[in-house]
Amino acid sequence: MNDAGKSTRNRAGAPAPTGEGLDARLVVERGAFRLDVALTAAPGDVVALLGPNGAGKTTALRALAGLVPLTDGHLRLDGAELDRTPPESRPVGVVFQDYLLFPHLSALDNVAFGPRCHGATKAEARAQAAAWLERMGLTDHAGAKPRRLSGGQAQRVALARALATHPRLLLLDEPLAALDARTRLDVRAQLRHHLAEFEAVAVLVTHDPLDAMVLADRLVVVENGRAVQEGTPSDIARRPRTDYIAHLVGLNLYRGRAEGHTVHVDGGASITTSEDLTGPVFVAFPPGAVTLHRDRPTGSSARNLWRCEVTGLETHGDQIRTALTGDLPLAADLTTVAAAELGLRPGATVWATVKAAQTHAYPA
Amino acid sequence: MTSPPPGRTDPRTGSRAGLRTGSRTGLRARGDRRHRVRGGAPLPLLLPALVALAFLVLPLVALLVRAPWRSMPDLLTSAEVWQALRLSLVCATAATAVSLVLGVPLAWLLARVEFPGRGLVRALVTLPLVLPPVVGGVALLMALGRNGVVGQWLDSWFGITLPFTMTGVVIAETFVAMPFLVISVEGTLRAADRRYEEAATTLGASRFTAFRRVTLPLIAPGIAAGAVLAWARALGEFGATITFAGNFPGRTQTMPLAVYLALQNDPETAIALGLVLLAVSIAVLAGLRDRWMTAS
Repeated sequence: MNDAGKSTRNRAGAPAPTGEGLDARLVVERGAFRLDVALTAAPGDVVALLGPNGAGKTTALRALAGLVPLTDGHLRLDGAELDRTPPESRPVGVVFQDYLLFPHLSALDNVAFGPRCHGATKAEARAQAAAWLERMGLTDHAGAKPRRLSGGQAQRVALARALATHPRLLLLDEPLAALDARTRLDVRAQLRHHLAEFEAVAVLVTHDPLDAMVLADRLVVVENGRAVQEGTPSDIARRPRTDYIAHLVGLNLYRGRAEGHTVHVDGGASITTSEDLTGPVFVAFPPGAVTLHRDRPTGSSARNLWRCEVTGLETHGDQIRTALTGDLPLAADLTTVAAAELGLRPGATVWATVKAAQTHAYPA
Repeated sequence: MTSPPPGRTDPRTGSRAGLRTGSRTGLRARGDRRHRVRGGAPLPLLLPALVALAFLVLPLVALLVRAPWRSMPDLLTSAEVWQALRLSLVCATAATAVSLVLGVPLAWLLARVEFPGRGLVRALVTLPLVLPPVVGGVALLMALGRNGVVGQWLDSWFGITLPFTMTGVVIAETFVAMPFLVISVEGTLRAADRRYEEAATTLGASRFTAFRRVTLPLIAPGIAAGAVLAWARALGEFGATITFAGNFPGRTQTMPLAVYLALQNDPETAIALGLVLLAVSIAVLAGLRDRWMTAS
């Protein structure tokens, strides 16, 4: 990433005053489902639409590409209205989920397809395509048909094909979902590199928080067709506003009313926090901050103490993640040894403590 | 069940061998019964199936048995046979070409464009498939005949007469064969992944470019299979051809007409001509299987 790119990125969220970049409100109605998401991005921004399956992320992407019409709203790219422009006339490149490389064309001809449609001669288009493949480190595979390419190679060809038309908006639909875990790591790093070099707006759709956080400068969390939270990856990871995000980033999240250092959670329990707030707030703390005891602890300095019942156990890395109900539903992480010593099993009663300093409260 | 391995059976120890054989037979009987229940074909299905197979194969075998093999070279080198064969091949190919040029766009329209009455249009396209070809021939005469709805204008304005000409043969064959192609290509188009077309449009391709450069190559196997079906149907076309184009040797007498006519006074020639058509059919089938059926 060069310095110029970085300075553009720092303005993340606000489109440049010249009208450069993306400014959209995407409204698509389909039967009972309604998508209504506002998106703005400056050139150089990478925005991730993060959300569960069926949230409407892909519909938003298709609306940006012009593959589904907008029911309402607007779509401006670099100051130009695009809502009524057919997909072939939009300066938009798309990397589809399973890449959709044309199976009858070689990698080179797949990449040359776009330039050819934009008026380049066959020779020019092929020369451009060869340059793109070289940039992607795929010169050796230029003549290969898509079925001969590995998942990672196909992904790079798809990216080259989308970039070869010099789009002002690059769309990526679950760019890493089709890859196995090992390839994914490499491809994610490469994709991050290519996105950092890309000078226009990139919007990617993913249900994987790690992909979103590694690849994007800004996340828009979409649930049920609506943007429920927007911000930098670290902001969203620290201050989740929905259970979905809290679960994704591995936090216990509660909504309640704060009175000083005490937060009355909607369920009835209260949590003591280090922050001094009033009014509606969120409280979050990581499962690792929870300590479990078999008997009611007496000498504990922890300010928060709840009686809980174990509902489930699962391994989580080298830890055991315990799901608990009771005063407060929560997840707790503990070592395998600790879990064995406590005799944890579904139905067991335990006491959970959390230090106030390890909770994090922020206005809702 | 295999026979006992050599070396195990000793002819001198007859009683033991006999005992063994006996037990084996018992095993086999039980094994067979079990086999039939599990995976074999039950008799009520197997029997009709074999009858059907015999019914389909027997006439072809009979054709081969009764073929005048000795006089075959003379029969097949006669001018009439070659004339009829050439006419058949030319007309069937021309009909297939017309079907491709007009039928593929029609298939695309049916598969890709939503318009009111699409179901009706599809039914109309399918109609010639089930219509008796003779009726098709009569209908073509009513439309394109000298006094037909359109034919009278063709005649008086351009001096074009279609019935009882070679063009008439092509028209009759196209009428009967094109639906095969349309239905086949439409099915392939429906099964094809439309997202490839979407990918093409996001790369700047117009709808027609996307069709030409992406859809067409992707559905090529389906088009080829449809074309072969249409070609075979055109080659064998009899009813519509004889009704609309007549039966003039050298001009409109195709192979099927020649076969039928020859059967009246020269059965040996009919058999020889029939064998030629059979050979062509088998060649088509082989080509279809090797090139397209395994590929798709």
